[in-house]
Amino acid sequence: MQVALFIPCYIDQFYPQVGIATLQLLEKLGCDVSFPLEQTCCGQPMANSGFASLSKGCDANFVENFSGFDYIVAPSGSCVLHVKEHLQDAAHPEKAANIRKNVYELTEFLTDVLKVEKLQARFPFKVGLHNSCHGQRGLHLSSMTETMTPSFSKPEQLLNMVTDIRLSKPKRNDECCGFGGTFCVFEEAVSVKMGKDRVAEHDDNEVDYISGGDTSCLMHLEGILKRQGSKIKTIHIAEILNSSL
Amino acid sequence: MKISHAALAEKFIADEPRTDWHDDTLWFVREKRDKAAHGLPEWEQLREWGSQIKDHTLSNLSNYLKEFEEKAKANGIIVHWAGDGDEHNKIIHTIIQKHKIQKIVKSKSMLTEECHLNDYLQEKGIEVVDTDLGERIVQFRKEAPSHIVLPAIHLKREDVSETFHEHLQTEKGNNDPQYLTEAARQHLRDKFVQSELAITGVNFAVAETGGFVVCTNEGNADMGAHTAAVHIACMGFEKIIPKAEHLAVFLRLLARSATGQPITTYSSHFHKPRPGQEMHLVIVDNGRSKQLGREDFRNSLKCIRCAACFNTCPVYRRSGGHSYQTAVAGPIGSILSPNLDMKANADLPFASTLCGSCTNVCPVKINIHEQLWKWRQVIVAEGYADSTKTIGMKTMAYLFSKPSLYRFAGKMGRRMMKAFPFMTNNKFNVWYKQREMPKPPKESFREWYLKNGKINRK
Ligand code: SF4
Repeated sequence: MQVALFIPCYIDQFYPQVGIATLQLLEKLGCDVSFPLEQTCCGQPMANSGFASLSKGCDANFVENFSGFDYIVAPSGSCVLHVKEHLQDAAHPEKAANIRKNVYELTEFLTDVLKVEKLQARFPFKVGLHNSCHGQRGLHLSSMTETMTPSFSKPEQLLNMVTDIRLSKPKRNDECCGFGGTFCVFEEAVSVKMGKDRVAEHDDNEVDYISGGDTSCLMHLEGILKRQGSKIKTIHIAEILNSSL
Repeated sequence: MKISHAALAEKFIADEPRTDWHDDTLWFVREKRDKAAHGLPEWEQLREWGSQIKDHTLSNLSNYLKEFEEKAKANGIIVHWAGDGDEHNKIIHTIIQKHKIQKIVKSKSMLTEECHLNDYLQEKGIEVVDTDLGERIVQFRKEAPSHIVLPAIHLKREDVSETFHEHLQTEKGNNDPQYLTEAARQHLRDKFVQSELAITGVNFAVAETGGFVVCTNEGNADMGAHTAAVHIACMGFEKIIPKAEHLAVFLRLLARSATGQPITTYSSHFHKPRPGQEMHLVIVDNGRSKQLGREDFRNSLKCIRCAACFNTCPVYRRSGGHSYQTAVAGPIGSILSPNLDMKANADLPFASTLCGSCTNVCPVKINIHEQLWKWRQVIVAEGYADSTKTIGMKTMAYLFSKPSLYRFAGKMGRRMMKAFPFMTNNKFNVWYKQREMPKPPKESFREWYLKNGKINRK
């Protein structure tokens, strides 16, 4: 199985450990993983700001890098959703369509494609899971409190395979953290307030870590936690699933 | 220039305990909605039906409107058509003048807010009394409603007590809700008894019968319409539904979505004037045809104004309705308002994280967050994005299309942050105002990979 690893730009630049954990985890699970070296970004920052028209070059580069693989996997619900919904390449429409079909967020790839049932991972801490909106409502990684459908959660299903982990749910299990791309600076006050409220609920649960599938949410929450001088740390779900503490 | 949503939101949030209270109150309503929806095994099916009936109606709108007008006229209702808010106001003013009326009560009409009817009539020296409790409170305070179902939700009982003390001479400092409501009730009873004309909104207009339904909890639409000699009902043309049996879908969806009630306390069906009464119906366009012509946005006209999307919206709950400065605030307001004035409302589609919760609760399945995204593209294409954003985005797009340049910039950026943290951690960096920056790692993932990972086969 040929898997291409897609590492979103901010993970590449600021959180390389998330990329490393993802790569190691996929290899542990028997995937033949390639990392296309000329990848940059999925184009989401532009598109969500209203500049989808500017992302053609970025899209073309994405298609060039990620064509020809069985699967494309990324440790980010948000970027995967963007590729699924908006990747276009006028010169190679079929290649773009194939990528849109074969791109997976890490946890759904593990549960739905690899059908992982066991993990050799140990993480002896109390962890609060943050559901990213794009992962949850966009990619349906878990059921949502708004809709009246049976409850499930792909990330939780995986975390439950980790030894000694203690999972806790915040009071509002699927409220947005307020990152929202450029929203985090253009609507700074609301963005920070939303983040503070998320943090407070995890704080009430006395967690050691807040984890989730989207580094962008975690970066925002981390920024708030650090400013507050909190003991709570953030960690990407890939790092937990790959850990052997 | 209009103050931005972001600036007004910041002002709102400055009072953090009040923001928390606002957020919790609306979240409570959202949870009531969840419970009510969970109580119906067929909830998702009902939403699907609601959505399909509305889709069908919008695609056959002219026929249903004609059918409705015909039937309504045959019932003895006088039907008027208004192209915009101004025409709507003029029509109502003409009716008032014809009857030389002074005393007017109004209930349940967001449309008259949209058309600024109160201001219009006030300029002509005519006073309209809003009779719904929340509406009356904000009217006393000369404020706009901040929510389409709970117009005074931004106010605490202390605020109401103060307002009533000033306008209704209630005891100063008496915050007892029952006492305050009773005072309002006594005050409004007088207004009802004296009123000569009642204005109401319309929730559903039924094409096959020519009648219309008004949903209220306080019963004020009935009180007004049943005492006054003239009843004027105002509706946006999208309120039409084909058949009376479709009410079985919408009445079940509406109140559950709005407040978690199984049904509104009053669902009043009006079919014809009672003997001696005059009944008018004003059907308003005011930009709706234009929205209908925008393929990506037309289905925003399916909205039944339940406000579930307000209550669930994490941004609305923390910024308050007034930060939107539109008659309809919240997520749905942000996709309706750019149609009316794109320039003035250019920032509203950006007042969202695109979390998608609005779309999930919407009882008629409007793809609200997708339309927010699409409006962003339209607003930028039409040149209403601010120029600093445009330059930034162009630079970013260029970088991301040139892998080596991207890597170079990334490296510089990280090095810069490491060497001179003050370059980024200063007051010009909005992120840093209330958040720390991520600590720059010593190498990027790619750099690590080249040293430690396998080399890509490509
Ligand atoms: S858009 Fe949907 S959820 Fe929002 S008010 Fe309208 S019907 Fe209700």
